[in-house]
Amino acid sequence: MNTFRAMQAQGAGHDFWLPTLRLAAKEVFDLMLASGLEDAPESLPDKKLEVTSMVGLAGGLSGILSIRCSTKSAVRMASRMLGADSDKPGPEVWDAVGEVCNMVAGNFKNKITGLGDGCTLSVPTVITGADYERRTMAVDEISVTLMFEAEPLVLSLEVQS
Amino acid sequence: MDRLPIRTLGDAYTGLEPVGAATMDNIRTLIVDDSSVMRKIVERSLRQAGLGIAEVWEAGNGAEALASVQEHPVDLILCDINMPVMDGLEFVKQLGGVANAKGVPVVMITTEGSEGHVVQALSAGARGYIRKPFTPDQVKEHVLPVLAGKP
Repeated sequence: MNTFRAMQAQGAGHDFWLPTLRLAAKEVFDLMLASGLEDAPESLPDKKLEVTSMVGLAGGLSGILSIRCSTKSAVRMASRMLGADSDKPGPEVWDAVGEVCNMVAGNFKNKITGLGDGCTLSVPTVITGADYERRTMAVDEISVTLMFEAEPLVLSLEVQS
Repeated sequence: MDRLPIRTLGDAYTGLEPVGAATMDNIRTLIVDDSSVMRKIVERSLRQAGLGIAEVWEAGNGAEALASVQEHPVDLILCDINMPVMDGLEFVKQLGGVANAKGVPVVMITTEGSEGHVVQALSAGARGYIRKPFTPDQVKEHVLPVLAGKP
């Protein structure tokens, strides 16, 4: 039985995974971007989330951790990380959002007792454009919307069996 | 390899020249990470930590890093683990065979935070281990003792 299933069997449902995922993301933004992530308001601004960064997990926890955000947010993330103003998207911005996703995935798995050695991460992939459908083998999805400098950011963990 | 004069935290250490201040100067550094953004962040963190970075070389994976150290001698290496072509653990293992890199301390700086990874890295020859995400203070806390030759 993989770690996800074993922990579910012990009663660790979304009320465990979701706060852990949220905390992992908030720590990365606090430390690496010097910018807090806030909980989303009930009424979200209508924003096109056309940047998706993804990191695969394999082993005790198999699936995909992804972060979706607007291009404006992606550019701001890069600016925050580099301590310099970036004004347009490009390879450095995609690199930055991929690295943010990588750190969130690593920080998340490090918070799950016993998972670290039995779960490996892929290098990040970044997709631009919002008009696509993603089909995975996921059997469960944990997702939360957080606010990064007044822009929504959707954090998802799709878990495969 | 000639060692640059390196200031230590105060304790003398064989092989390094202590000059008695809490900062260090003229450190030639190699930063190994497949993310160019992360390489810049690591360099900035070293500078924010008050380390006197004289030169910085960059490599995108372990194979590039091995080629770099043969051409450009360094005093300190900061290295990611998960990278394409050659990962950080393999790089550390192979670094021992590079003549002009013997004794150069390697500090891993990585998202892999499990005890198993730490043990693997230290067994392979790494001298320090920093988990991402990190602060400049954490970089200083881990790098200073390594440069001073402390375990």
